[in-house]
Amino acid sequence: MYDLIVVGGGPAGLAAACAAWDGGLRSILLVERDRDLGGILNQCIHNGFGLHRFQEELTGPEYAARFIELLGRTGVEVRTDTMVLEVTPDKTVHMVGKETGYRAEQARAVVLAMGCRERTRGAINIPGTRPAGVFTAGAAQRYVNMEGWLPGRRVVILGSGDIGLIMARRMTLEGAKVLACVEVMPYSGGLTRNIVQCLQDHDIPLYLSHTVTEIRGDRRVEQVVVSEVDAQRRPIPGTERVFDCDTLLLSVGLIPENELTAQAGIPLDPRTKGAVVFENMETALPGVFACGNVAHVHDLVDFVSAESERAGHAAAEWVLRGGADDGGPAVALVNGDGVSYTVPQRIRVRHVETGCGVFFRVNRVCGACRIVVRDGERTVAAFKRERLNPGEMESITLPRALLEKAQGPLTVAIEEVPA
Amino acid sequence: MKELICIVCPRGCHLQVDEANGCAVFGNGCPRGAAYGKAELTHPTRTVTTTVRCTGARLPRCPVKTAAPVPRESIPAVMAALDGVLVRAPVKPGQVVLADVCGTGVDVIATRAL
Repeated sequence: MYDLIVVGGGPAGLAAACAAWDGGLRSILLVERDRDLGGILNQCIHNGFGLHRFQEELTGPEYAARFIELLGRTGVEVRTDTMVLEVTPDKTVHMVGKETGYRAEQARAVVLAMGCRERTRGAINIPGTRPAGVFTAGAAQRYVNMEGWLPGRRVVILGSGDIGLIMARRMTLEGAKVLACVEVMPYSGGLTRNIVQCLQDHDIPLYLSHTVTEIRGDRRVEQVVVSEVDAQRRPIPGTERVFDCDTLLLSVGLIPENELTAQAGIPLDPRTKGAVVFENMETALPGVFACGNVAHVHDLVDFVSAESERAGHAAAEWVLRGGADDGGPAVALVNGDGVSYTVPQRIRVRHVETGCGVFFRVNRVCGACRIVVRDGERTVAAFKRERLNPGEMESITLPRALLEKAQGPLTVAIEEVPA
Repeated sequence: MKELICIVCPRGCHLQVDEANGCAVFGNGCPRGAAYGKAELTHPTRTVTTTVRCTGARLPRCPVKTAAPVPRESIPAVMAALDGVLVRAPVKPGQVVLADVCGTGVDVIATRAL
């Protein structure tokens, strides 16, 4: 019997396991399906990680190494090359590993930290033939940065999420010609700094409100057709332009990998595609926590680490007090105008010390505006922002006093401030 | 007045840099933004991250970075200089794989243990 089993050895699992150890648990198992710990950070060789956390600019492997080193100083048991097959509601974790074979391990608490995976061509239904040369940007990143293969020479990138932008620069530096980055929305889905240093630095054109409407090629990609789209994201006939290329990279979104969560009967939020979580990242199944990209897709690993530490600490508390505590009544958070989701979705005031951080994304580009929190018709808090961008996660902190006074669900919404 | 977006951190402040006035910077949220705004107009620099060939490890590539930002225009030369570099495992993070790359005075260092 373990006190805690952590599923996933990426940034979320590493931080959660370390925090649970700090919180006093001494029997912790961390399970990772890859050969090494560190998750996606191992292929993210670019810098920009850790500015919040360590006040310095680290590459992905360097950021991972900091946490792997911390974990090494604990007595957390690590099983790599081991895939978790099922987590049951009674917290039995079924796994199969290269060294250990099939095992079913019982835990008092579980942290789900499986991360996310990329949306593929099938998820967005691009018409055309089915040649080789269509990759997700993350797969291409692994080929280039870890395996040492260049996936193509003339490249079009669909989607301007961060991985797509990073790969535009990466492929260019490795000698490929990146012809265009194509984004269906009228704004980029990536961080502004990546638009500047990945596209502008290398003169790669960004086509906003455009999408790929056809892939052509027999055995290998030969051409892609790009069309402008209207406000409803429908391709506009007559706007087609053809790019001669051998590769199409897709950076069209990430989906939290929640098969284990769903199988355990844990309710998911259709907005985040992750588990519905409380203020301490606990799911609706007591003693099971979710954190990092499996709970909601983050842009910055620094926030993944912070959130996962919250989950790890909460798991430790839960085990040390012997489970059984419903935390009292919960205030629900609802997304209002301009907001696409909030995490957590529910806050149990008794677990909140001074304030509760709330993460959310906006669903449109906003200039000067206020983030308002409403209790029924009444505005109970407002936070000014100069601008908000769907590509960048936002956060506010709700003070405990405000939560105590809440009469019903709290709505988080955006109000534009007239210029 | 030149408009820039600061890339020092993910916050992305919108900067205005006054070229006519000694590159005075407005709109920055921190001192690093002021330094970035001025440098971007006078001598832009970037940290280069890439990989070099590696033997004796489980992976054929070793991730590396320039230990400090280098002039932006030197990026192609830095990439070319790293093309022939081969490291042998064991590699320690921070280990110099190419000293004083392209006469920039900056070393290229490994960013992962292999």
